Amino acid sequence: MGEEIKVIVFGLANEEYGIEVEKVRTIERMIPITRVPKTPAFIKGVINLRGVVLPVIDLRGRFNLEESEPTDSSRIIIVAVNDLEVGFVVDAANDVIDIDTDSIDSPPEVVGGIKAKYLHGVAKIGDNRLLIMLNLAEVLNKNEIIQLEQLED
Amino acid sequence: MDMNAYLSMFIDESNDHLQALNENLLRLEGDPEDLSIVQNIFRSAHTLKGMSATMGFEDLASLTHEMENVLDLVRNNKLKMDSFIFDTLFKGLDALESMVQDIIGGGTGKADVTEIVKSLKAIEKGEHKSQAAAPAASAGSAGSSNSSALLDEFQTSVLLQSIESGHSVYHIVVTVREDCLLKAARAYMVFDFLERSGEVVKSIPSVQDIEQEKFDNSFTVFTISNINEQELRKGIESVSEIAGCEIIGLDSETLKQISSGTGTGAAKPDLASEAKPQPEAAQQISAARSQTAATAAPAAAPASSGATGGGGAASRTIRVDIERLDALMNLFSELLIDRVRLEQLASEVKSTELSETVEHMSRVSGDLQNIVLKLRMVPVESVFNRFPRMVRDLAKSLDKKVELIITGAETELDRTVIDEIGDPLVHLLRNSLDHGIESVADRIAAGKPETGIVHLRAFHSGNHVFIEVEEDGKGINRDKVKEIAVKNGVVTAEEAKRLNDSEINMLIFAPGFSTADKISDISGRGVGLDVVRTKITSLGGNVTIDSEPGRGTKFSIQLPLTLSIISAMLVKLGDEKYAIPLSSIVETGIIRKEQIRNIHGNLMIEYRGSVIPVVSLSQVLQSPSYSEEDEAETEIVVIRKGDKQGAIMVDEFIGQSEIVLKSLGKYLTNIPAVSGATILGDGQVALIIDPNALIK
Repeated sequence: MGEEIKVIVFGLANEEYGIEVEKVRTIERMIPITRVPKTPAFIKGVINLRGVVLPVIDLRGRFNLEESEPTDSSRIIIVAVNDLEVGFVVDAANDVIDIDTDSIDSPPEVVGGIKAKYLHGVAKIGDNRLLIMLNLAEVLNKNEIIQLEQLED
Repeated sequence: MDMNAYLSMFIDESNDHLQALNENLLRLEGDPEDLSIVQNIFRSAHTLKGMSATMGFEDLASLTHEMENVLDLVRNNKLKMDSFIFDTLFKGLDALESMVQDIIGGGTGKADVTEIVKSLKAIEKGEHKSQAAAPAASAGSAGSSNSSALLDEFQTSVLLQSIESGHSVYHIVVTVREDCLLKAARAYMVFDFLERSGEVVKSIPSVQDIEQEKFDNSFTVFTISNINEQELRKGIESVSEIAGCEIIGLDSETLKQISSGTGTGAAKPDLASEAKPQPEAAQQISAARSQTAATAAPAAAPASSGATGGGGAASRTIRVDIERLDALMNLFSELLIDRVRLEQLASEVKSTELSETVEHMSRVSGDLQNIVLKLRMVPVESVFNRFPRMVRDLAKSLDKKVELIITGAETELDRTVIDEIGDPLVHLLRNSLDHGIESVADRIAAGKPETGIVHLRAFHSGNHVFIEVEEDGKGINRDKVKEIAVKNGVVTAEEAKRLNDSEINMLIFAPGFSTADKISDISGRGVGLDVVRTKITSLGGNVTIDSEPGRGTKFSIQLPLTLSIISAMLVKLGDEKYAIPLSSIVETGIIRKEQIRNIHGNLMIEYRGSVIPVVSLSQVLQSPSYSEEDEAETEIVVIRKGDKQGAIMVDEFIGQSEIVLKSLGKYLTNIPAVSGATILGDGQVALIIDPNALIK
């Protein structure tokens, strides 16, 4: 038996993803986002979260998924990793569940169009529910963003 | 008892004492006869020693102890200060400072101070040898004068006597296994065995410390034993969890060497490694500390009261954690945002009572803002006070005579500025000493007094603080500057001809510029001044140079009073709002499209008799909802950066407002033309434009 961990479940383009609960600060409804010029397209801008200015990333854009307009169920999940605090725009934040670390398998090369290096693994819940566990440190890796910027130039 | 509770107090006070030591030593150097200064120095050193011993920083305590011994001799007129003693004491201070820094950084404050201790001892011994009365007069210093030796006189004589009477004396290093859980218990078993077979004369660390497990993986004992080496080894190694032991039989010869503390290295290298300075006094103090940690509190209290007594009149202040001030500042910013929002609402609702209340609240919060901002103000002294020492050392190493005159050290600046301004000032001062002030021979040849004077001034003017570094050296050689700038490709020969004097002076701030003929340690790698300007600009400040050949050079730094709350002009670009710092704005205006001229691909307008460039903010910021192309008339904001001016085209002015600076966080860095963000009255984030990035 592995450890039990608590995971926040959110939806993004028909898939379900998970982030360890201790990395999540809060989950917010959509609030106005101020555009920041000359940043990669997936950086939506900055928000005012109770007096603190935080950058917001569109996870769809980050993973090169098709972007969509925010809906009523869209949420901003504020995560904190390696002293970075960043908001993720996701389609919906559904649930908090316990999963067993043993049930996380290493990810296949590509899951739902997302490269394996952004993922910790895939967790099986129940009979036919799959939860994709994100590797936040890699998602927020700035070196890659710099490379992206150079490609765009 | 948690020692950490006292650690921050210890650090603060040590810093104070180190600073006091530094200042007083400098004063003493100027006036070596003034024994009252020595008294002050002695008191600071003594308190520092007591504090560090209480906190268990033994290297710190032992070095201070040695310095104190020398000072004690000076104080009692038994020793005359000379430049060697000053240099050694300064070196000791530097070592103390680095140890305290290490402690601040979470380290143990350990350092190798053998060299300095040796010099201090040489001073102490060499100078008072002729005065036979000295050892008797100060028992403390006599007792510790052989403190680097492993054994004191009494212990040595005991050992010598036992050797003479035919007993065997051994020096044993016992190593405990790394994974040993009960070190103290194992050590006790070893001691028990040794005591049964003889007598333990001395152990390092002390028995008390060993009982408290205050030793690493090994300890050293001197023992008189009536069994031979093999039996000893067998006995010790039979204790479980003991990794091994090294046993050396001692004869009277080696014993004498050990006790005198000299020659040990040559005779027995393994002993020399043990012979790190661990004065008796420090050990006893640390033993006293370990007996009951609770004594730490009362011990620290008299130490601090002694400190204030020594430092002159105590001001009624309290130390506040800087994080609390930052938290206060953040909360206040929140309040400020709400205040702006309330003001908006009140003007919409048009209720007299509400308006009056809001107005009153505005006034109160205005006062509050002043106080909160003042809380963060720190006298620039905290940066300046390390310079006299630095200038002294630099002047010595350059073999120049320099006097540093500081004025306006009480001028206050925001803490954030204070934290950043130190390095640029160090660069400027080094530059002044190295390139500005001439050598003594050159100065005499030029008919100047041989001592060069460097003025370091700070003063308030309007919403700015000025810091000036002025020397009476040789001034900037503009022809040479031009020549080098052209050679290094900073400007073309054509451009160089058209530059005026002050523009040529500014060339020395260009990246990769250096006028030094040879590269020295102090400056002249061509990186310093460039960095200085970048740093000061990033603080929202400005540097200018005045220089007269043969008469000297003056660097003027202009800095904003505070960095956390600024006045700004809010402007609109379509549905986006931006803030432009008021400090860079010259004026606002409206121009017609046909007034904008295209000169070599650059947009320019005529403005008050000169032609200045025009920048389209919507283009720079890639605005999605606004473009001035569609308008016949457009609003402009004229901004300045140093002497240069430029106009920025915007959509609409919103008005002037006090804004709170917020950073964009670590994820978004180096965004062009944006220096930060602020939160507007409606809770939305507005980006702050960096005007300096818009003027080329």
